[in-house]
Order: sequence, then C-alpha cells, then structure tokens
Amino acid sequence: MYDKTVRQRRAVLGLLVACSLILLTQYFREPGGGALHHVQRGILEVVSPIQEGASRALKPVRDTFGWVGDTVSAKGDLAQARKERDQWRTAATRNEAASRENAQLRAAVGLEAAPSDMAAYGPQTARVIGQSGTLWYAKITIDKGTSSGINAGMPVLATDGSGGDDTGLIGRVDQAARGTSVVRLLTDSSVAVSARTVNGSALGIVKPSPGNPRDLILDYVAKEDTPAVGQTVVTAGTVSRTDELDSVYPPDLPIGRITRVDDQGAADQTPHLRPFVDLRRVQFVQVLTEKVDHNR
Amino acid sequence: MAVSPQLILRLILLGLAVVILQVAAVSQVVLFGATADLTPLAVAAVGLMCGSISGALFGFFVGLFFDAALVQTMGLTSFVCVVAGYGAGRLRELRDPQATVVPMIVGALATAITTFGYGLMNFMLGIDAPVSFLLLRVILATIVFNAIISLPIFALIRRWLGPALPDDPRRRRRRAYTTGGLSPLSRA
Repeated sequence: MYDKTVRQRRAVLGLLVACSLILLTQYFREPGGGALHHVQRGILEVVSPIQEGASRALKPVRDTFGWVGDTVSAKGDLAQARKERDQWRTAATRNEAASRENAQLRAAVGLEAAPSDMAAYGPQTARVIGQSGTLWYAKITIDKGTSSGINAGMPVLATDGSGGDDTGLIGRVDQAARGTSVVRLLTDSSVAVSARTVNGSALGIVKPSPGNPRDLILDYVAKEDTPAVGQTVVTAGTVSRTDELDSVYPPDLPIGRITRVDDQGAADQTPHLRPFVDLRRVQFVQVLTEKVDHNR
Repeated sequence: MAVSPQLILRLILLGLAVVILQVAAVSQVVLFGATADLTPLAVAAVGLMCGSISGALFGFFVGLFFDAALVQTMGLTSFVCVVAGYGAGRLRELRDPQATVVPMIVGALATAITTFGYGLMNFMLGIDAPVSFLLLRVILATIVFNAIISLPIFALIRRWLGPALPDDPRRRRRRAYTTGGLSPLSRA
C-alpha cells in the first residue's frame, strides 16, 4: 500500500514536470500563430473583462499603497526634481531657439515638416488592466485590441504621472486580441530599439538590464561616438533608405536619459539610461496605430 | 489524501481568484521597489493543507493559468510552482509541522524557490544581459513581503478550504492526545 502511494506520488510529479517541459519546448518551437499561442489569446480574451473589473475595483487599494510608497521616496525625489527643473529650464530656452531655426531651415530647403505632435500617428489611449507579476516586469495587459485598430508590433507610449520627465516609449504591442492586447515592455530581453541621443552624438540599440526596470543599456555604440551623462535618448526611427525596412518606432520618441557610461571611449562603451517612465506605475498608455512617412 | 469534488471546486475558484488578484492588483502595488507575489503563497498553502500531489497539481494549473493570462512562456511558471507545491506537501506528509511560524517559513521558502527558479529558467532560456544587484535586492524584498503577508494569506486559504478538507487521522489523534482523550497516561 505504502509503495503504491509512493509510486503514485512520484508518477504525478514526473508527469507534471514532463508536461511543463513539453509545454515550454513546444511554446518556443511554434510560430506566433501556433496552437499554444492561439489558446493563450483565447484565454486572454475571456479573462481580460474580469481583469479589467478587478483592476478598477481594486484601484483605491493600489492607490493607498502607492501613496505610502510615494511618501517615503518623495523627499529624495524633490531635491532631484528641483535640480533637473533648473537644467531643463536652460535647455528649453535653447531648444526653443533651435526649433525656430530648424523650422526656418526646413522651409528654406523645402522639407516636409515632421508631425509635431502624436496626432498624426493615430494614438489610441488604453487602460492598463494587468501587469506581469514576475520580477522581470516584461509585459502589461491593456483594455483595447484589434477592434480599436491595435495590432501586434505597434509602439506604445505612456506617462507614469510622476511629473517632469514622465512620458516616453515603454514598448510595443506583442499580441492583440479583439478587446485586449499585451504590451511587451522595454525591459523584456526580446525588445531592442534603435535609438540615438537627441544631439546625435551616439547611436545604438536600447536593451534592458534585467531585474532593474529603471536601467536600460544603449548597446553597440561606436567607439567614435561621444555619449555623455545627462543626454536624452530618443528613438532613431527608420534609418534605412528602402521602404521595406521600416522601423517599428517613429523617430524622436523619448526613451530616457543617460545616467552613466561604462568604459567611455572604448570600443565596447556602454551608456546606461534611466527610462523616463517608471514601468511599474503606468496606468494609461497610448498606442501609435499609424506610421508617417515610413517612420523616418 | 482523498480529494472530494467540493475541494476540487474550491481549489479551482481559489486558483482563479489568486491569479486575477495578482495580475490586476497586487503586482501593481510597489513598496520599496518590490511587489508581493500571491501565487507561491497560495501554492504552498494548498500543499501544506492538502498534501504533495494536490499541491503539485494546484501549482501546475495555477502556473499554467498565470502564463496564459499574461501571455508568458507557457510552462515556465507551472514548472516552478509544481516544485513549490510538491515541496510544501512533502513537508506536511513527513513532518506535519504545527508551529505558528510555519506559514511564514514555508511561504518564504516557496517564494524563494519560485523567484530564483523563474530567474534561473529565464537565464537558461537565453536572457543575455547581466544579473544586477538590484534584481537580487528585489527578489529578497519580495521574499520578505511574502513572509510578512503569509500568515493572513494562509489563514484565509485555510478558512476557504477548511470545510472541504477531510479530517486528517494523524491530526485527529494529536488533538485527542493534547486534550487527554487518548493519552496512555490518562488511561493509566
């Protein structure tokens, strides 16, 4: 009797472990439209209304805890924010003059003006109804999908409401169902964004630093590039001259600011940047559903 | 342990509630850079109350639902939750600990197994960026949070599953000894 119980227990454990590994392997092997992905989308479709209801109902609880956390860190943030405000005030004055000059020069050489706001990109505002429970902060679920014109691959912007530099790119739509979508965040290892500093002093690929949603890496920066602490990093947009190689992301979407540069001046110099948006505090996002001039 | 249909129904509802609560609310509450994780606590609680097979099965299906709801790699959370549920269940079957702090210790251990296990599996699956000190700090903070909330969570789960749990003969015997009913000394 005892032997039978032990055998049964071990068989169940072995079976469950084997099932997990088979699922894992199959999920990796199959394409995006495979059976398991299809099942996931179906479950997402069913669960998302419940998630949305729970998310709305539990908002006061989340806000209460958020208030406690914010109060603890507010003092340190205030000093930092004042310092940054002074820096930005100076930069804004400079930029205003540069922007005016840029417009005049564009008009002079007959270039079509790039869209000055997001309206041209067909932004769709959506509410965050679910968030990755793991430490990897890899995905969020939003309450709009294909019925609102949202499809896989579209860029997603957000603001975390912390004031100051709180708006920026947070990722791209990974999967879209009829009434809901899953957004893969910049902190996911499979997301890479072609980016540059605002003044063009460095060009590279923004990648995540796992486990730290407040740190990204600007990888593959050339030795000749000169990234510096404090510079803003934005999306590079389409670099290729052919229309077949469009970038997923429009140009000049803010991503973050450089906080330090490892091995500066070396062939493998790596700037680290702090994203403008705290990915754990996002409540609303904007999905850009249109491309303008192939995202150039 | 014989599992009644009533217990299965309660376990299904518990699994659904835990995943939805975790995804829709708990994961969005950040304190000191970390969040609590109800999933390993629920799995460990079920293992501790229902045994290793029930714990492992509950862990598998909760993990599967969690991965499906978040469109994550299927099988990853299931794998780590099976280990946590089975481990908690074996602890009950071998030692049947009764101390008040048991939920805290088991909850912390289950969280450690799932978080470190999940991290390890992710790295094995090809995340090529360096491990940061912050990741370790966040994992430790999550373990501490979970240990703190484990007592009320275990109590709630015990209350929810209690009416459907069969009376354990060993526990019944222990209760009888404690109250003097079956004690050889009292009979002498």
